[in-house]
Amino acid sequence: MARADVRKTYKLYINGQFPRSESGRTFEVLDAKGGFLANASHASRKDARDAVSAARSAFPSWSARTAYNRGQIIYRVAEVLEGRRAQFEAEIIAAEGVTAAKARQYVDAAIDRLVWYAGWADKIAQVTGGANDVAGPFFNHSTPEPSGVIAVMAPQGPLFGLVSVLAPVITTGNTCVVVASEAYPLTSITLAEVLATSDVPAGVVNILTGPQAEIGPWLASHLDVHGLDLTGVTDPDLARTLEEGAADSLKRVRRPDPTEDLLATPALDRMTAFLEIKTVWHPMGI
Amino acid sequence: MATLTSADLTDVTASESALRRFLHGLPGVDQVGADARAAMLGTRSIKTTAKTAALDLAIRMVDLTTLEGMDTPGKVRALCAKAMRPDPMDPSCPATAAVCVYPDMVPAAVEALGSSGVHVAAVATAFPSGRAALDIKLADTQDAVEAGAHEIDMVIDRGAFLSGRYLEVYEEIVAIKAACARSEDEPAHLKVIFETGELQTYDNVRRASWLAMLAGADFIKTSTGKIQPAATLPVTLVMMEAVRDFRALTGTQIGVKPAGGIRTAKEAIKFLVMVNEVGGPDWLDPDWFRFGASTLLNDLLMQRSKMKTGHYWGHDYVTLD
Repeated sequence: MARADVRKTYKLYINGQFPRSESGRTFEVLDAKGGFLANASHASRKDARDAVSAARSAFPSWSARTAYNRGQIIYRVAEVLEGRRAQFEAEIIAAEGVTAAKARQYVDAAIDRLVWYAGWADKIAQVTGGANDVAGPFFNHSTPEPSGVIAVMAPQGPLFGLVSVLAPVITTGNTCVVVASEAYPLTSITLAEVLATSDVPAGVVNILTGPQAEIGPWLASHLDVHGLDLTGVTDPDLARTLEEGAADSLKRVRRPDPTEDLLATPALDRMTAFLEIKTVWHPMGI
Repeated sequence: MATLTSADLTDVTASESALRRFLHGLPGVDQVGADARAAMLGTRSIKTTAKTAALDLAIRMVDLTTLEGMDTPGKVRALCAKAMRPDPMDPSCPATAAVCVYPDMVPAAVEALGSSGVHVAAVATAFPSGRAALDIKLADTQDAVEAGAHEIDMVIDRGAFLSGRYLEVYEEIVAIKAACARSEDEPAHLKVIFETGELQTYDNVRRASWLAMLAGADFIKTSTGKIQPAATLPVTLVMMEAVRDFRALTGTQIGVKPAGGIRTAKEAIKFLVMVNEVGGPDWLDPDWFRFGASTLLNDLLMQRSKMKTGHYWGHDYVTLD
């Protein structure tokens, strides 16, 4: 007798768990030839709200960890991803219709990007902060601190785009709510399985699937969200709406840059976009 | 309760055995039924204008509470300021019903609240354990009453109640009630705390409710907030049934106050639905139903603001306490 297919249900990733959308809605994800691939959850504003509360409660302990520890955890994500590369390659081939060699290259790039940011975790403070010379008997230090909860609009495409916007945000101690690529959401939920099994605490990363235009405005105007990364927003009108939504609460907004080549070795700007510099004056000579 | 008449109540407190016969003769609570009914009422969907009205009502019902060893007059003053103007950016936001503090903080609260109409409630009688001699409990109560508390939250002696010494508990409540009297002013309202988390069964909750009502309680209150579980929906439902039946029998309306463990606006609205279904709209008033809470108020304010502005609010915009 033929064995029945065990098909995967692609759900959301909120607070370390995989719930269905509160709204009960799903949408069809198509493969490269336009055929049916799977159903994905269509996240609602309440899912976005739940994800923000999860990210908010995960922030104090995640940001208080040592940078070295966060670096180790990001490296662990890379390790676990390496172990599951066959699954990711198969999903990328199914979703994009690319060759096996190309798919392998994307997974390599995603893993390498995680390792790259893992190494930066305990070095970013030395590069962007410092001891300042001041005209007075003070030690004067500037140190970067994470902003808080960051809403991230992931670029369109499977896996690599998501990794390259997600890793810099959490490396520096922020927590995040990510709206995954609308056309290629499946690898992002599989990546959530990797995150869930690699010591990333619950709530640090929350992944929603569904239309950016529907979920984005709720995140942009949410007063508990402290930063907004619009990398994946290709529609300039939507980008503008989201920026306006973010203005009320003075969020840090990283605008989309159509000329950006995500595959190139990144600069530090993805990390510094959601860091705030704290300067401390401390009396000396006493 | 159909078999009881008000005449039946006349002699029940005459002796220990009469009181026990009455309390143990109360119909038993169907625990599964009470849990199921509470869960069912919790599924009601309250939206738009009804939600807005429910949030404002819930804010007006809050007894904003601070009962910690580290309380200071400064903290009580801050709490009072919040009770009077819960949302400083919105004058249309109603004040809470009361602030609830330890007896030694009553003068600070009375002074801070002035003529705002927000009441001062004081926990007395060796709160939260209630383990002290009667004269100490009475002195504790009189102290708070003389300092100007409008409401006294007393704890019953759970040890005596659980060992079946009902008359002792009854007489203690009567004595505290007498200590709430004031020579030239209205007496302080008496709320009787059962600490339902220690009473073990819903039957005991029903018995404690009747006992307190017979002894002259103005309000019956679930818990101190120091013991888990505190105010659950089914326990409050059993108490609402008791006050409903008591009014049907005697004509006297008694208030109910769940306290402890209610942290979200969603939970608060479930309680309001239950109050409306069990007791009826007469109880949907701060004079007859209260929430003993501290963090609940922040969530109510955040939900209220979400209804008004259309976007989700953040924790950075409300006070920490």
